[in-house]
Amino acid sequence: MSTILCNIVSAESEIFSGQVEMVVATGTLGELGITPGHSQLLTGIKAGPVKVILEGGEEKVFFLSGGFIEVQPDAVTLLSDVAERAEDIDEAEAERARELAERARDNASSDVDFSKAKAELAEVAARLQTLRKMRKK
Amino acid sequence: MANTKEIRKQISSISNTQKITSAMEMVASSKMRKTQDRMEMGRPYADRMLSVIGHLANSNPEYKPLYMTERETKNIGIIVVSSDKGLCGGLNINLFRSLVGFLKEQADQGIGQQFCSVGTKAKVFFNSYGGNVVAAAEKLGDVPALEDLIGSIKILLEKFEAGEIDKVYLASNKFENTMTQQPEIKQLLPLLAEDTPELKHRWDYIYEPDAKELLDGLMQRYIESLVYQAVIENIACEQAAKMIAMKNATENAGTLIDELQLIYNNARQAAITQELSEIVGGAAAL
Repeated sequence: MSTILCNIVSAESEIFSGQVEMVVATGTLGELGITPGHSQLLTGIKAGPVKVILEGGEEKVFFLSGGFIEVQPDAVTLLSDVAERAEDIDEAEAERARELAERARDNASSDVDFSKAKAELAEVAARLQTLRKMRKK
Repeated sequence: MANTKEIRKQISSISNTQKITSAMEMVASSKMRKTQDRMEMGRPYADRMLSVIGHLANSNPEYKPLYMTERETKNIGIIVVSSDKGLCGGLNINLFRSLVGFLKEQADQGIGQQFCSVGTKAKVFFNSYGGNVVAAAEKLGDVPALEDLIGSIKILLEKFEAGEIDKVYLASNKFENTMTQQPEIKQLLPLLAEDTPELKHRWDYIYEPDAKELLDGLMQRYIESLVYQAVIENIACEQAAKMIAMKNATENAGTLIDELQLIYNNARQAAITQELSEIVGGAAAL
């Protein structure tokens, strides 16, 4: 069976690269099975497992938290997000960055308040982290 | 005799310091290599994305995305990437110096400025410099996660979309090699579309759901990955600068010890000679 080059990359690392017989992923508009000779396609992918079938039938499964898939005549590229991108989580992250900036500005002179603010921030961050983990499960 | 004892104490304290600096040098050099690898790992993602964006922009000339539209500049946003820790030579200072020059230039043209500080040193800098810091991220560690940056970037992107800022710049250190790190201020938004004819392929993609939506999503991620790359590169710079700074410190400690050792030997010899001449003098008196 013929094969096609498949690359799975994220902003932080290269996850997979190699010749495959088929790539199975969940696109924003439904399940996709990509074999060599697929027409050129660009679409988003939903968070979930992506299965690649290597030469000889061996299967490999990667869990991606969303991103994009690009199909070219000679290669399939999956651009993976590093984290699940729910709108509210993004918003919470933005809120956190804003807060950090404000606190830094308010506490420029007093170190005591700053350490307290930092402790609070750590707690908020931990809560956010847990929330994210729970969502992933 | 008290003199020799004092010198000996000084020598031992300096050699302790030397041990610390040489250990820090080794740690920095191993970390630097790892960060350089990490820099390489993220590159295919950004390259791939840029080529897809280029392709999309070229095959959809009728759609001009907001992120690519130039407009009159009244306000700018600047993401300043610094290190979290010190002891890395003039790395941060050089960056801030070129930043201050750039800001003055902009201020002379009457352009408003908003900042996003990444890293503890940038935060401290803005505490003394002033300026409107709208977002901050710090304590990213040696292996920063993109997630920690998304929030800060989002604030600037939102402001850009709302028209509160018209340009976004990124100020960070560029890793030339181990010996040189160059401060660099480059434009992030609007994206400078390169009209390379090679990108105009004969074929086009099938888009699901449609090109515009995909293009916007891709561009947001592309910008995030650019900032992430800059943060990683800055860490590589930090480690390289730290390595050099610690190497110099170790060498300086070495010369200091050599000098002190010489003085110590002189003092010891003088004491022995004095003692001898006293004994000889005493014997002669008998």
